Amino acid sequence: MTETDIRSTGSPDLAFPQDRTCPYQPPKAYADGRGQGPLSRVELFDGRPAWMVTGHAEGRALLADPRLSSDWGHPVFPVVVRRTEDRGGLAFPLIGVDDPEHARQRRMLIPSFGVKRMAAMRPLIQDLVDRLLDDMLEKGPTADLVSAFALPVPSMAICELLGVPYGDHDFFEERSRDFVGAATSAEADAAFAALYGYLHGLVAKKQAEPGDGLLDELIARQLEEGALDHNEVVMIALVLLVAGHETTVNAIALGALTLLEHPEQLEALRNDPGLISGTVEELLRFTSVSDYMVRMAKEDIEVGDETIKAGDAVVVSISLMNRDAKAYENPDAFDVRRNARHHVGFGHGIHQCLGQNLARAEIEIALGTLVTRIPGLRLAVPVDAVPIKAGHDAQGPVELPVTW
Amino acid sequence: MRITIDRDRCIGSGQCVMTAPGVFTQDDDAVVALLPGQEDGSGDPRVRDVPMACPVQAVTISGD
Repeated sequence: MTETDIRSTGSPDLAFPQDRTCPYQPPKAYADGRGQGPLSRVELFDGRPAWMVTGHAEGRALLADPRLSSDWGHPVFPVVVRRTEDRGGLAFPLIGVDDPEHARQRRMLIPSFGVKRMAAMRPLIQDLVDRLLDDMLEKGPTADLVSAFALPVPSMAICELLGVPYGDHDFFEERSRDFVGAATSAEADAAFAALYGYLHGLVAKKQAEPGDGLLDELIARQLEEGALDHNEVVMIALVLLVAGHETTVNAIALGALTLLEHPEQLEALRNDPGLISGTVEELLRFTSVSDYMVRMAKEDIEVGDETIKAGDAVVVSISLMNRDAKAYENPDAFDVRRNARHHVGFGHGIHQCLGQNLARAEIEIALGTLVTRIPGLRLAVPVDAVPIKAGHDAQGPVELPVTW
Repeated sequence: MRITIDRDRCIGSGQCVMTAPGVFTQDDDAVVALLPGQEDGSGDPRVRDVPMACPVQAVTISGD
């Protein structure tokens, strides 16, 4: 084994993250990191070097390795985007903590995201999708598929699941977008404070007048019994509300865009609606809405010929793991008949997406219904005129002008 | 084939149920459980994919 320092290559490190040029392809600059072993070196905006993991097998092993930490509260936990550079040790529940704290929090929430509960949500999601498409068809042709369809589907569904009034959706959709897409930590803090204040008030109101939803259940079972305090319930609500808004919307919009850009695949799906669940898995693999995961090594970890040392920053490239030729034949081809199983679109290990089965149901029903009900659906602008999100955000179109 | 499940490791991802719905289920707490009489997987070939699908190695398989 050769012991290599994270800085030892001599060549300047690639800046991470990078913006995509094509909405559904990894940034071209990352291509240099492919096929040269499972790890490459990158530099974060603050000049800190980091390992970028690109191998599918190695990335899965690392994401499941307890020697890699997600503890955002650690003083040297890596900062990848400027908006979180001043977060002051604020550890978000679930996503920003390690076991056993993570397991304690996740166990309280999984019944609300379990397989049976998600099966029961499907008729509700189908009804939402049908109503949104009725409205869109009545007002069109031409629509922004993001604001008319891709955003309200997950927004309404997460509100229903949490017990958050959808009537307030303009307020928290905007703050959620600001929180995740802020350019500076001051802007992110302001959006966080507004969301926190709103949910703090909502939890207090629900304590006085219990309703029907995940938050009401958390209040009744965990807060009243002392397993959670008011602040923890608010923080859990905030994480779930933001996650519910900033992920599936992109998956639906980017999924629709990818299908429209691959007409022969779209035709195959239209001719055989039974392909929809495989199509969703292939879209999750191919588009990799969550482009990367951030971790920090707690101990030295050997990967191939390299050693990730304790304290090193690690960015796990979901986009490149999902395009690893060792895991997928012809990985850059979008093929709805492919077996895309074991993609890491939802991550891997203890932090694998809590809402993944809700997301699957939403994407499947939304896209399946969309392509069936609007056979003439097409982009209203050339694909390179579709505005897309920056490399540090969840990937997807900002707007998606369509016609039919 | 013998299926071993570690309910303490399970994070309720449901990947086992998705992969082999005739063998795995979730209890009321959304923690992995085997359907009654499915301790040996009843020859369902999809069971072989479950250890790879599980994000936390809560399911292991031994024997032929």
